[in-house]
Amino acid sequence: MLRYILHKLALIVPTVIGITICSFAFIRLLPGDPILAMAGQHGVSPERYEILKEQFGFNMPIWQQYLSYVWNVLHGDFGISLATKRPVLTDFLALFPATIELALFAMLLAVALGIPAGIFAAVKRGSWFDQLTMGVALTGYSMPIFWWGLLLIIFFSGYLGWTPVSGRIAINFFFKPITGFMLVDTLLYGNWAAFVSAVRHLILPAVVLGTIPLAVIARQTRSAMLEVLGEDYVRTARAKGLSPSRVINIHALRNAMIPVVTTIGLQVGMLMAGAILTETIFSWPGIGKWMIESISKRDYVVVQSGLLLIALVVMAVNLIVDVLYAVINPRIRAR
Amino acid sequence: MKLMKSLLAATAIIALAAGAAQAKQLVFCSEASPAHFDPGPTTGGNDFDASSRTIFNRLVEFKHGGTEVEPGLAESWEISDDGLVYTFHLRPNVKFHTTSYFTPTRDFNADDVIFSFERQWKEDNAYYTYLSGLSWDYFQGMDMPKYLKSIEKVDDLTVKITLNEPNSPMIANLGMDFASIMSKEYADQLEAAGTLADFASAPVGTGPFQFVDYQTDAVIRYSAFPDYWAGKVAIDDLIFAITTDPAVRVQKLKAGECDIIPYPAPADIADLQADPNLVVQEQEGLNIGYMSYNTTVAPMDNVAVRKALNQAINKDAIIEAVYQGAGQVAVNLIPPTMWSYNTAVKDDAYDPAAAKAALEAAGVKDLTLDLWAMPVSRPYNPNAQRVAELIQADWAAVGVKANIVSYEWTEYRERGKAKDRPGAFQIGWTGDNGDPDNFFATLFSCSAIGVSNYSSWCDEGFEKLIQDAKTVPDQAERTKLYEQAQVVFKEQAPALTLAHSKVFMPMSKRVIGFTMDPLGIHRFDNVDVAE
Repeated sequence: MLRYILHKLALIVPTVIGITICSFAFIRLLPGDPILAMAGQHGVSPERYEILKEQFGFNMPIWQQYLSYVWNVLHGDFGISLATKRPVLTDFLALFPATIELALFAMLLAVALGIPAGIFAAVKRGSWFDQLTMGVALTGYSMPIFWWGLLLIIFFSGYLGWTPVSGRIAINFFFKPITGFMLVDTLLYGNWAAFVSAVRHLILPAVVLGTIPLAVIARQTRSAMLEVLGEDYVRTARAKGLSPSRVINIHALRNAMIPVVTTIGLQVGMLMAGAILTETIFSWPGIGKWMIESISKRDYVVVQSGLLLIALVVMAVNLIVDVLYAVINPRIRAR
Repeated sequence: MKLMKSLLAATAIIALAAGAAQAKQLVFCSEASPAHFDPGPTTGGNDFDASSRTIFNRLVEFKHGGTEVEPGLAESWEISDDGLVYTFHLRPNVKFHTTSYFTPTRDFNADDVIFSFERQWKEDNAYYTYLSGLSWDYFQGMDMPKYLKSIEKVDDLTVKITLNEPNSPMIANLGMDFASIMSKEYADQLEAAGTLADFASAPVGTGPFQFVDYQTDAVIRYSAFPDYWAGKVAIDDLIFAITTDPAVRVQKLKAGECDIIPYPAPADIADLQADPNLVVQEQEGLNIGYMSYNTTVAPMDNVAVRKALNQAINKDAIIEAVYQGAGQVAVNLIPPTMWSYNTAVKDDAYDPAAAKAALEAAGVKDLTLDLWAMPVSRPYNPNAQRVAELIQADWAAVGVKANIVSYEWTEYRERGKAKDRPGAFQIGWTGDNGDPDNFFATLFSCSAIGVSNYSSWCDEGFEKLIQDAKTVPDQAERTKLYEQAQVVFKEQAPALTLAHSKVFMPMSKRVIGFTMDPLGIHRFDNVDVAE
């Protein structure tokens, strides 16, 4: 098992190098000048422009800029934001818990609803439930997130008044974050009303962010189950006279879960992408909103280091999924 | 232990919040996160709302709802006859905020004024580069280094500012956000502790509100400053709930999660006006959307051609189609809310037949032009691409072919500045200080060619008028000069004056006393809320 993990870790190294190159190049490939973008409508004089260019190190050859970036990152220095002048890592650590909290709940929702729906659809293949579930899943998968979010806000918050429109907690609750996870912090402070408010604020964004993963997981579970249910050993199990629930839950499900867990792992990357739009709609102070604003400001430092940090997180999650995969399926670690 | 401490502290804060449930609270759903809380180096309206207009004061202030200046931290001032020496008499007994991170030991005085300007001016000041990559854009942009000769302390409550050359807009400049007055005592304390960066994240000012807390990208909290020199404001707590999407801001206002929102989408305005629980204030913006002809490139070096191109454009149709009620036709370069606006100037009337005839008379046939469209939406031009298409169609009707050109925003402006740039260039301007000089000289003076004079237009008569107006201290005289400048501008047509935006400010009916500001800033020091 340890060898398996070490092998996976070794594979990460070239990926990280690739990501530093991509994240460094990406923002520089976009047209637009960070110094001019910062300057506002007055612009900057050519002399001042040269001074700033030197201050930011943009006058160095591009390879030198890259090497100094990697060198700094290796020393734990992710740079200082051009716009806010705060260290990128400080902002990332302050904003990341909000994204994690949202993504976790979105994923929880997707798994809790997606897997049972998929199993049931597979077992009752061809039934109205199957047709309905797969129809809804297809709709969910094709839903434009921005439109979907706004629609839910208008209906549930505007029309029905059931949920708050946006934000993480009602404005009256004010305390210094301890962990940065709103649900955890409100409980640590023992403030039940604040906890309820935080949950209410989490519902709509989690539904919006969870919609696509939910659809993907439901469809994947259904097809994996269908495949497994057709296997000989399932037929044997049934022939032995085992109860249908035992056949499905013990014999079929565990094997069907392997591709589903992979899908869930891959959806983490999707969640990060979805978080960008979801956080923007719901004014959710997480890293998605932070990245999109930094791109529009051409904040090179935030974009390159932010992308790298997000990529590292996604890779770490995928590594965990790989390990889980090996736990579920002993054949993998034997290879 | 640390956890226990912060738990205890926070419980106290929550208890306070609960106890203060009766406190008067106003929630402003602001449109973007501030970069930080030092108004000197920032440039965005959202930065200024969050810092200079809440936490700080200036020597002079703009009157509520106007562009005239009134005394601020300076009670009065004199200007020498030659227009070079400004003597400010400072307000006595003005307190700085007492916060968890700073307790002032003295009142505001001349040292604070000198420090506030020197930190942006003198390279040897510790605060000149106190944040990485700092640039004092407004201090530079308003040409302060060129005009300032010295700032001296006469006594604790008197400051003398000497200029290198007369500059009548100087007083208006001193009311701008970058000229906010900082506490030198606080700056010195941070310098001694080696924590200069806190100056931008934990601000201390003399303004109506004191800073309480900022949760990055989410919420900014202020409380009323009890010892404010003009008297404690009516509300107790001011909260900025950062909400970037305009449609979501509207929903939050309707749901009662905000009391006031800025910049609603034009499409939502009718709906907001129909809501019985809301009030929608409106005002002309202090801005101009225009289209610069490069007057050095043939055939647009010919006034008759420029006038003909202007005449061919149906501005009313553009305003209706693109601005959706959030704009008005611009006759002059400055908006009607600004002093010295010349109502006698007549716009080039829409007349395609006359335009065609004028082009023929000028010997222009089969003209092909580049027509530049900004890639971004601005209040003064919400959709330059669509404007370009409408102008393209209007020009086609008089036999002029237009090729629409666009680039990424910073590149667009850089390319537009080029002296030999061909064609007609859409651009705009938002006023900084309510002084006409900020429009005329910034956008069309000879020295602005290659910087912000996108027409490369240098007209002797116009230049003399605006330069004279800059040095004459008397406002009535300045008004006359600017009125004449507007006549010359219309005659010479270096640009098409397209539109001034209209700005809407929807708010809950419980908000009392909010006045919209032509400078586009949002101030809450005169606002109250109904119980």
